[in-house]
Amino acid sequence: MAKKIIVPCKVKMPEQPAGERVHNYQEVPYGYTPEEAMEEARRCLQCARPTCMDGCPVNVNIPGFLALVADGDFQGAVDMIKLTNALPAITGRVCPQEVQCEGVCVLNKKFEPVGIGRLERFVADWEAGQGKIAIPQAPPQTGRKVAVVGSGPAGLTAAADLARMGHEVDVFEALHEPGGVLVYGIPEFRLPKAIVKREVDYVKSLGADVHLDFIVGSVATLDELLEKYDAILLGTGAGLPWFMGLPGENLGGVYSSNEYLTRVNLMKAYRPEYDTPVSRGNRVLTIGGGNTAMDAARTALRLGSKESIIVYRRSRAELPARAEEVHHAEEEGVQFNLLTTPVAFHGKDGRVTALECIKNELGEPDASGRRKPVPIEGSNFFIEADVMVIAIGQSPSPLIANTTPELKTMKNGTVAADTATMKTSKKGVFAAGDIITGGATVILAMGQAKIAASAIDEYLKTGVW
Amino acid sequence: MYKILRKEVFSETVKLMVLEAPLVAHKAKAGQFVIVRMDETGERIPLTIADFDAEKGTITIIFQEVGKSTMQMGLMEEGEYFENVVGPLGHATEIKNYGKVIVVAGGVGIAPIFPIARALKQAGNHVTAIIGARNKSLLFWEDRMRAETDHVIICTDDGSYGRKGLVTEPLKEILEQNKDIAQVWAIGPSIMMKFASLTTKPFNVPTLVSLNTVMVDGTGMCGGCRVVMDSGAKFVCVDGPEFDGHHVDWDLLLSRLSFFRDEERQAVERWKEQDHKCRTDIMFENGIKEGQNG
Repeated sequence: MAKKIIVPCKVKMPEQPAGERVHNYQEVPYGYTPEEAMEEARRCLQCARPTCMDGCPVNVNIPGFLALVADGDFQGAVDMIKLTNALPAITGRVCPQEVQCEGVCVLNKKFEPVGIGRLERFVADWEAGQGKIAIPQAPPQTGRKVAVVGSGPAGLTAAADLARMGHEVDVFEALHEPGGVLVYGIPEFRLPKAIVKREVDYVKSLGADVHLDFIVGSVATLDELLEKYDAILLGTGAGLPWFMGLPGENLGGVYSSNEYLTRVNLMKAYRPEYDTPVSRGNRVLTIGGGNTAMDAARTALRLGSKESIIVYRRSRAELPARAEEVHHAEEEGVQFNLLTTPVAFHGKDGRVTALECIKNELGEPDASGRRKPVPIEGSNFFIEADVMVIAIGQSPSPLIANTTPELKTMKNGTVAADTATMKTSKKGVFAAGDIITGGATVILAMGQAKIAASAIDEYLKTGVW
Repeated sequence: MYKILRKEVFSETVKLMVLEAPLVAHKAKAGQFVIVRMDETGERIPLTIADFDAEKGTITIIFQEVGKSTMQMGLMEEGEYFENVVGPLGHATEIKNYGKVIVVAGGVGIAPIFPIARALKQAGNHVTAIIGARNKSLLFWEDRMRAETDHVIICTDDGSYGRKGLVTEPLKEILEQNKDIAQVWAIGPSIMMKFASLTTKPFNVPTLVSLNTVMVDGTGMCGGCRVVMDSGAKFVCVDGPEFDGHHVDWDLLLSRLSFFRDEERQAVERWKEQDHKCRTDIMFENGIKEGQNG
C-alpha cells in the first residue's frame, strides 16, 4: 500500500450557530454529508497495528469500518460496527472520543485524530435515512429466558446481544419510556429522542420485549423474576441524586440535575403542549463540572434564562465534561465560575435567591489524580440567582438491593460484581453499567453489558456459576 | 394502557375511578401509592391507592380536582384509558396489633386512610376514625369506614353534617379521655396533618402522616419530593410516604408544595380558555345522553 498523505485536520462538521441554537432544542452539529464522511474516513492511516481499538470499550473494528466508509460502502460500515455495538447513532454522539478511540489514534500525537465518533454517527444516520434498518437473521432459539432490568445503555446493549445469541429477552423499565438516562438525562439538543427511539426499535426488532411501568423490586423481586427467568441482568444505572447537605438546600428553586433534566427531557416541559412545569429562571446556577452540569446549564439558556453560570470547585483543566460539551457551552454564553465551592443557599419566602460560595486555590493532587481545591479563608461571596441545579453526581438507587438481601453492595451503594464476568453475589444475577461504577459513561456501561451478555450465554449453556 | 372500569362522582371536584392494573393490584398494600399519566402530554401524578383487588386485578383511586391535570382527569370516563399507571410505590403501612388506634382523615384523605383503617382493624386493633371535610358534599365512604372500624366521628367545617369544627378537636378530646391510644394516623391536606401532629405531640402518641409532595418519577430519581425531618432530608417516594409527623419540618414542606403555584394557576387559566368549547360540547353531549336515559 502506498504511503498515505497525512491530512492534519478533521473535515469540519457544520453546526447550528450558537446564537441561533440557544433558542431551540435542535441538535447542534448537522452531521457529515456522504462526501465529507468519505473525505474524513480517508484521513485514517490504516495502521498495521491500530491503537484506536484499544480505546474502545466495545471493540468496534474501527479501521475496518473507516476503510468501508472511505470506499463509500456505508451499509458495510454500519453492519461492521453493529457486530459489536448495537447503538452507533448514540455512541457516535455521546462517547468521550477524546479519551477513547480518538485519544489513542496515531494521528492524535501531532495532528487532529480521525473523527471516528462523527463517522460512526454518520453511518448510523445514513442507514436510518435509507428507511430500512437491516435486521440480522434470527438465530436458532435456545429456549432460555433472560430478564434485563433497565432499558438504558447497559440494558439495551445486553438485550441486543442476548437476543442475537438466541435467548428470549424481556426488558423491564420503571419509567413510561424506554432509554433510561438517554431519555431522561441527555437533552434533545445533544441526543435527539427520535434517535433513541430508533435504536430501541432496533433492539426490539432483534426480538427483545420491552415492558414499561414495571418497577423491579416492587412489582416483582429478583427472586420472583428468577422463578420465570434463567438469568437476570441488572442495568438500572445510578438514579439516586447527590445533594450537598448545605444549609438552604431544600429551598424552592433548588433542583437536583436529575429533576431539572427529567422535567425537561422526559416530561418535555420545554414544549407548551406538555403539562409538566419547570422553573425558567432569570439567572440559573449549575453546580458541578461534568456532562450533566453542561447539559443543565445549556438547557437553562434554551428555557429562556438570561444568564447561565457553572459553579465548579476545581479549574478548567479538571472539568470532567467532554471537551465538545464545554466548548459548546462556552460558545452559547454559559459563564464559568471556577475554583468556587458553594457553602450555603440563601432564600426569601421559601425560594432560593443567592448562593454563598468560597474561592479555592489548587493544592496537591488527590486520589483521582486531579489537583485538590483548597478553600481560601475569608473569600466568601454571593451569587444571586433564582434557580439552582445541583449536578455533582449520583449513586445507584437502593430499591433492588433493599429487596434482595443476598445482593452484595459496596459502601457507596454500588452493586458488587466480578468485572471479568459481571456476576454479582447472587446466583443467576449479573450487573452492568452505572449500578456497578456509580456514574460513568454510556459506552462503559455498554462495554460491561457486552461482557455480561457473553457471561450469561456461557452460564446458560454450562449451568456453571 | 390502563382501562377505567368504573367512575363514581362523589362531588363536583372529587371523583373515584377503578382502574385495570393487575400488576399493581397483585402487589399493593395499604399505605402505598401509584403514579398515573393520562396521556402523552400529561404530568406524572402521584395518588394513594384507596383500594385494591388482587383477584380482579383492579385498583381504586380517588382524587380531588385541584389543577389542570386533575380537572382534565375528572373528565375521563369509563371505558377510556390511562396511558400509564405505575406502582405500587413507597413503603406499605406497618400493620400489626397496636391496641387502640385513631385514624384521622381530612377531605380526599379519606381515600388513603380507608385501606389502612381496614387492615388495622383486621389485625385486631380497636380503630376510631375521625373523618372531616369542608362540607357534607365533600364527604364520602362514610358507610365503608363504619363497616371497617369500631367508631366513626364526622366533622364538617360548616356544620352541614356531623359535628361542626376541625378534626383536631375530637382528636384532642379522645386523647385527653383515653391514655391508652397507641398510635395515630393522620392523612389529608398538609396543613391538617401539621395540626393533627401538633395536637398529638403533647400526649406523646406516635403519629404517622402520609405526605403528598411534588414528585416526578416516584422511584427516588429526582429528589423533588424531599422533605426535611429532624434526622435530615428524606425522599417521600422511597423513604415514605409515611413519616413521623412529630419530626417533619412542616413550614418547609408547605412552602415547597406551593412552589409551582403560579405555573399551576396559569395552566388552569390557559386550559379553561382553550378547552372551554370542548367542555361545553362534552356537557352538552352528556346532557343529551342523560336526557335519553331519563
